Amino acid sequence: MSAIENVSRRGFMKGMVSAGALVLSVRFLPEALWAEGLPKNTNVDRAVLNPSVYLGINTDGTVFIIAHRSEMGTGIRTSLPLVLADELEADWKRVKLEQAIGDERYGDQNTDGSHSIRSFFDVMLQAGASARTMLTQAAAQKWGVPPAECVADFHTIAHHATGRKLGYGELAAEASKLPVPKKEDLQFKPRSAWRYIGKGTSSYDLTELCTGKSQYGMDVRRDGMVYASIEHPPVVGGKVKTYDDKDALQVKGVSQTVTIDTFTPPWGFQPLGGVAVIANNTWSAFQGRKKLNISWDDGPNASYDSVEFKKELQETARKPGKVVREEGNVDNVFAGAGKTMEAEYYLPHLAHATMEPLVATAEFKDGKVTVWAPTQNPQAVQETVGKVLGIAKEDVICNVTMLGGGFGRKSKPDYVAEAAILSKKVGKPVKVVWSREDDMKFDFYHSVSAMYMKAAVDANGKPTAWLQRSVFPPIGSMNDINTEYGGEVGMGWTDIPYNIPNLRVENGRARAHVRIGWLRAVANIYHAFAVQTFTDELAAASGRDHLEYLLDVIGDPRIVSYKDMQNVPGYPIDTARLRRVTEMAAEKAGWGKRKMGKGTGLGIAAHRSFLSYVASVVEVEVNDKGEIRIPRVDTVVDAGTVVNPELVRLQFEGAAVFGTSIALSGEITAAKGRIVQSNFHNYEVARMNKAPLKTNVYLVDSTAPPAGVGEPGVPPFIPALCNAVFAATGKRVRELPLSKTKLA
Amino acid sequence: MIQLKINGINHSFDGDPEMPLLWYLRDELHLTGTKFGCGMALCGACTVHDKGRAIRACITPMSAAAGKEITTIEGLSQHGLHPVQKAWIELNVPQCGYCQSGQIMQAASLLSSKPKVTDEDIDQAMSGNICRCGCFNRIRSAIKAAAKGSHA
Repeated sequence: MSAIENVSRRGFMKGMVSAGALVLSVRFLPEALWAEGLPKNTNVDRAVLNPSVYLGINTDGTVFIIAHRSEMGTGIRTSLPLVLADELEADWKRVKLEQAIGDERYGDQNTDGSHSIRSFFDVMLQAGASARTMLTQAAAQKWGVPPAECVADFHTIAHHATGRKLGYGELAAEASKLPVPKKEDLQFKPRSAWRYIGKGTSSYDLTELCTGKSQYGMDVRRDGMVYASIEHPPVVGGKVKTYDDKDALQVKGVSQTVTIDTFTPPWGFQPLGGVAVIANNTWSAFQGRKKLNISWDDGPNASYDSVEFKKELQETARKPGKVVREEGNVDNVFAGAGKTMEAEYYLPHLAHATMEPLVATAEFKDGKVTVWAPTQNPQAVQETVGKVLGIAKEDVICNVTMLGGGFGRKSKPDYVAEAAILSKKVGKPVKVVWSREDDMKFDFYHSVSAMYMKAAVDANGKPTAWLQRSVFPPIGSMNDINTEYGGEVGMGWTDIPYNIPNLRVENGRARAHVRIGWLRAVANIYHAFAVQTFTDELAAASGRDHLEYLLDVIGDPRIVSYKDMQNVPGYPIDTARLRRVTEMAAEKAGWGKRKMGKGTGLGIAAHRSFLSYVASVVEVEVNDKGEIRIPRVDTVVDAGTVVNPELVRLQFEGAAVFGTSIALSGEITAAKGRIVQSNFHNYEVARMNKAPLKTNVYLVDSTAPPAGVGEPGVPPFIPALCNAVFAATGKRVRELPLSKTKLA
Repeated sequence: MIQLKINGINHSFDGDPEMPLLWYLRDELHLTGTKFGCGMALCGACTVHDKGRAIRACITPMSAAAGKEITTIEGLSQHGLHPVQKAWIELNVPQCGYCQSGQIMQAASLLSSKPKVTDEDIDQAMSGNICRCGCFNRIRSAIKAAAKGSHA
């Protein structure tokens, strides 16, 4: 059964498929979910009234809502249950959240691809409306009045004609005896009656986050637990030839060493292998590891060198690739007499560097394993752990802790599988702690990329033909090392929204020699960089204002369509929305109205990703030493219907900092198959003194269906910053990080 | 035997004197509010107080912690929330929150030594504390709010 059939069959699932390469990671809500959940051990299941797997109400009026997506800082743990609470007409103060374990009955739990609200907004409304309907019917029965005369009002059902009122708790037992209403019979609150959606609330966890009480994966402790630190093969795919642990075992606190087999290709989410040192505290495990003497067989990736690979990618980018979108005929135009321009762009690998290094705890007992992990993807934990231990995935209980950052890294459960393997071998609960060095050297890296751009322009400098070619080792290499082309072209590349009569989009071949994964905004980062920088180059070459030029190439308001377009139903590419955020960002930033001093400049860029439209204007100051400061950022977001505006603003403020890290200093390199960078001294990230001083975020008021917010702030910010650097210095940035471009 | 005071309570430690205070706090005392981020004093997630002054627990060996009076996030305020924590909550500072114990301890230390802070003071005091979610604007505002609140 194809994904599309699934979607169309279930009207309420509309829009659940995420874009491009992420389609594979999305699973569908089992039909059983809607009616009744299997009995499991949650407060929701135990509650007196539980009309859906996400919701339970007790006789004291407490409303339990399952947070089935992972909390890594986006506030999703708050915002999705808030939707349910609103439709239920519940008092948020009487809501208790319960974090879901990995369980298929919740549908997709991979908190990735910026689609939690989009995919589950309707599901939450339906759960809330079901319970509200049942409570209303229960009250009506009790009072002997028609249900239509009863109104849900803030945790009570009221019968205004007689002035009677009953609390949700008082009605829960009666309501639980009623059948769950059919989806098609549900009535929803009008938008105007929304109490929380669009207004939002602070994070449910705010106080705990500020008092050190939140429980992250790093904070898990089990009775009798031991700690493990793993020396991984320095080259991906490498194996232990021989090892000597004599000295390691001398370290106080170290009890034993255990080998973990290197994965059988493809690597997927499997552990890398290596030698684990087991100790009675983290420090001893770290120390013991330093004393290991291991001889490695590096395997086929030992020749990987990022300097050589860069040349290879750039050469590939200069030659014709696989055509993934074609309009008109660019060759004919290029062969003509008109003016053409070319440019090449290059971006390096990046590491996720979440503040919480990877960590997981596992307890294997009687053929089953329970794990506690900061994971974005608990069902993938079940599958991966089940596979490596040779047990059914149902015998893997995955508890999801708070995540100290995710950015895509924590959707790959290799580190959880390590804990499970070790617990089985050691016979005790084991906590695997990755050091920062492990985290940086054994990532699923954001892909390195090379882009080639060529345009023919008319007398006004407007493109009449446009060719863009992107080359990157694809994420698909995870499942097949021979993969050379990537679905990542669907992210800000084939979907380029420009109005150009002759357009060709290509993908050149490249193979992976390190693990490649998705990182916040994924391929949109390099694709938006190339498109939005090249646009600025064309504008500058024609002597036109960049804002005016950008709006010109986006073209008139229209719905973009092309052959074989992959579109999420209900989310067309609407250039009117892209124009609006662009115009608003310019207006908010005072584009064209401010006098910029020496060494200062404004840059603009706009990009649609994760179905949201975002434009940023960045102001930079470059001093005579070539140092960059970012005094101000103005970002405008059209993410359709927004549930929690303040927390959404946080995402875009954060995206500007994340983008600053990528632009200024983000670079992972490899030599002899080994990653060079190891910690924050040689993989620098933006700090207080480098981050933008002020980031203004404006949300477009919209009734369109909800779109993504966690990722789409990153792609336009980076080219806007680099375009600002050009405005300030006249130096064009074609390669990141910016430290590669001499600005003084 | 190493003696030290943590959050007002006396403790003695007879393990490896090279073990950083961070792991003693976390693995032995189960005070997990203090976080591990880098192990090299590069990120500030492990920031605690030594008599009110911010130090990095990840590079402070137990031998150097002997005799010290250490305060962790768990002991920052005896009664209710510290003004810095109140400001953090007021301004919705955290995203993932993992770095926030360290940020809060660093900010509290800054304000105790310098009740009136400038942007430069904040840059200087806080640039050792990384936040990958990028909460810096709000951290800056919250420090200023806390400074104002406690000296209004």
